[in-house]
Amino acid sequence: MFELANVFKAIYTWLEGLFANWGIPQFWLDLISMLLVFVVIIAFISLAALFLVWWERKVSAHMQVRFGPMRTGWHGWRQTVIDAIKLIMKEDIIPAKVDKAVFVIAPIVVFVSALMVYVCIPFGKGLIVSDLNIGILYILAITTFTVVGLLMAGWGSNNKYSMLGGLRSAAQIVSYEVPLTLSVLGVVLLAQSLSMVKIVTAQAHIWQWYIFRQPVGFFVYLTAAVAEVNRTPFDIPEAEQELVAGYNTEYSGMKFAMFFFAEYANLFTVSAVVTTLFLGGWNGPWLPSWIWFFIKTFFVILIIMWFRWTYPRMRVDQLMDFAWKFLLPLAFLNLILTGLFA
Amino acid sequence: MSDYPKNKFPIDEFPTDETDGTDKNKPSNLFNLLGKDADTIAVTGGSEEFIVNMGPQHPSTHGVCRLLLRMDGEVIVDLVPIVGYLHRALEKIAENRTYLQFIPYTDRIDYVTAMICNHGFCMALEKLAGIQVPERAEYIRVIMDELNRIASHLIWLGTFALDLGAITPFLYCFREREKILDLFEMTCGQRMTFNYMRVGGVSRDLPEQFIPLAKEFVEYFKPRVDEYEYILTQNPIFLGRTKGVGILPQKTAIDYSVTGPNLRATGLKWDLRKEEPYSIYDRFEFDIPTGTNSDTWDRYMVRIQEMRQANRIVEQALNSIPEGEIKTKTPAVFKPPAGEVYVRVESTRGEMGFFIVSKGDTIPYRVKLRTASFSNLAVLPEMVRGWKIADLVVIFASLDVIMPDVDR
Repeated sequence: MFELANVFKAIYTWLEGLFANWGIPQFWLDLISMLLVFVVIIAFISLAALFLVWWERKVSAHMQVRFGPMRTGWHGWRQTVIDAIKLIMKEDIIPAKVDKAVFVIAPIVVFVSALMVYVCIPFGKGLIVSDLNIGILYILAITTFTVVGLLMAGWGSNNKYSMLGGLRSAAQIVSYEVPLTLSVLGVVLLAQSLSMVKIVTAQAHIWQWYIFRQPVGFFVYLTAAVAEVNRTPFDIPEAEQELVAGYNTEYSGMKFAMFFFAEYANLFTVSAVVTTLFLGGWNGPWLPSWIWFFIKTFFVILIIMWFRWTYPRMRVDQLMDFAWKFLLPLAFLNLILTGLFA
Repeated sequence: MSDYPKNKFPIDEFPTDETDGTDKNKPSNLFNLLGKDADTIAVTGGSEEFIVNMGPQHPSTHGVCRLLLRMDGEVIVDLVPIVGYLHRALEKIAENRTYLQFIPYTDRIDYVTAMICNHGFCMALEKLAGIQVPERAEYIRVIMDELNRIASHLIWLGTFALDLGAITPFLYCFREREKILDLFEMTCGQRMTFNYMRVGGVSRDLPEQFIPLAKEFVEYFKPRVDEYEYILTQNPIFLGRTKGVGILPQKTAIDYSVTGPNLRATGLKWDLRKEEPYSIYDRFEFDIPTGTNSDTWDRYMVRIQEMRQANRIVEQALNSIPEGEIKTKTPAVFKPPAGEVYVRVESTRGEMGFFIVSKGDTIPYRVKLRTASFSNLAVLPEMVRGWKIADLVVIFASLDVIMPDVDR
């Protein structure tokens, strides 16, 4: 079948030949190929985030008996592009009394940590930037880094509401990481490896998919992941009705756009990890592997979006209760049973 | 505040004016802080507490309401609602308008339930002048009132769910409301501020398509309420945020003159349509839903049930509406005899009262509007002490307070 990995291999071989002919050392070949991969990944994330924003608006609209963007292009597909251009053109307001360095760097931290995860996402057979043998551990570690960015945003805004929002979101993310990690451990025990590629290849047939062997793990991971991405019902840090926009309040223009896109990039990441860990990654009959990956990831994204537009919001202490008193014991139980019987 | 009678009302417990917040045993009077700048407010907050100003522009204060909160971390210690941002001096304006000219102003007292406000004002004048309203007009008035009740509760339900984070029911409610507004527009040309009722009846007859379309709406609406309940009522997240939250003891409610669904949720079965039946409400069969725990969930359930009951009333009225005149003849220039009258109607938020003093002139001497939301808002501090900001939003939404009703 048409495998994208072959395309990349062909380009690399061509470049190798070219550089060897011109007598350029290996170092430059590595550097250029890394830069090319970097550009491809950034382009992909931008496109994915753009698409997801439009997709969310359409999904939410149809669930709410309305149409969503319809005028900018066919069914409004150009809407996000136009919004991005608008945000770039906006005046970059830095309020007078903020801590300038922290205020400016916070969105960068959040955006960078959202990007760095893509090193280990297996988009298809042979389509992973770097198959680290600690793949899933790397992903979990990098997603934690977002907390630092949010705290910086809350603190740097010099605003009571933003402070509250930043603190709340930090507490929420840190609490939900524990059941998240434990549910991942169940999969790791079954696959006997932390490497993302090995986890996918261990699910080669549909009856081997870990969603059937670890249903509790799937449920815990999905719930904790929705909390990690700050989406309803866990979107207290962005709860409009209470804190205006939480840690986001003082940001406008491109900085706000960075937070916004980081959120959607995270959404894609989290769904991609669910696909890899529980739904068999790129495995599937007679379509190319990367198409299967996208179908499964978008299915998970659709479910997460469905949650947002159906459920009301949990209060912050109820959120914490739910993480520590329900999800965590459940994840432990799952781990024990997996360890005993797998 | 110095000439305000002390110890006569429960809200008089706030401390005297001599404190400034540096003594922890005497918390600073929040009223002292009105009109002070932000730096002073930040300093006088006391040790761990800080003072937050919520509003007047805020996504979840329903209308322009300013709430001054004293908070200890996330918990609310005290609250003062500061109103007046929507004060339009309607009562003073009434002293310079003829009775007919004032009817559009009554729409704007509570623009979400404009029909009921119209109705109350016209009823007061009819009582003052001793005018009888024809049968058909009474039926039309009841149909419009109850349809307006459903529309108002739909707005309330949509914004209540929105404050909780469930964004979708808002649009479902407005979809239903569009149908009701189509009915109104077909009759009087307006969707929100109707100016429909007159002294002695209503201004225009129902068009031909009204009754069939209204009957269609009544049938269409019955499963819709079930749909809203399906999304929200048994949802654990919703229950977690509303059960046991913001309890209003019945005695406090009565002391503060809380009326309407808020009072019924405390367990007291008090509805003016049954207690002092006005218009032709005594001909219709409907129940008065009450609550048991007087928490936010009960206030929610009472309003959901009220929507069903209002639908029932509309159905009965549509089936038995007679033909006839829609307005008794009144003189072109309406001059009621001298005297005073107080008439109250059951608005969607509670008791809406009109006190009119007439000196026999074409313009009233004094019109006093007793609005339900004013008293309902006054009880808010009693309900939120000890709860968090997230609960404040929910409790405030459950009171169904409309700011033009408060400020007039």
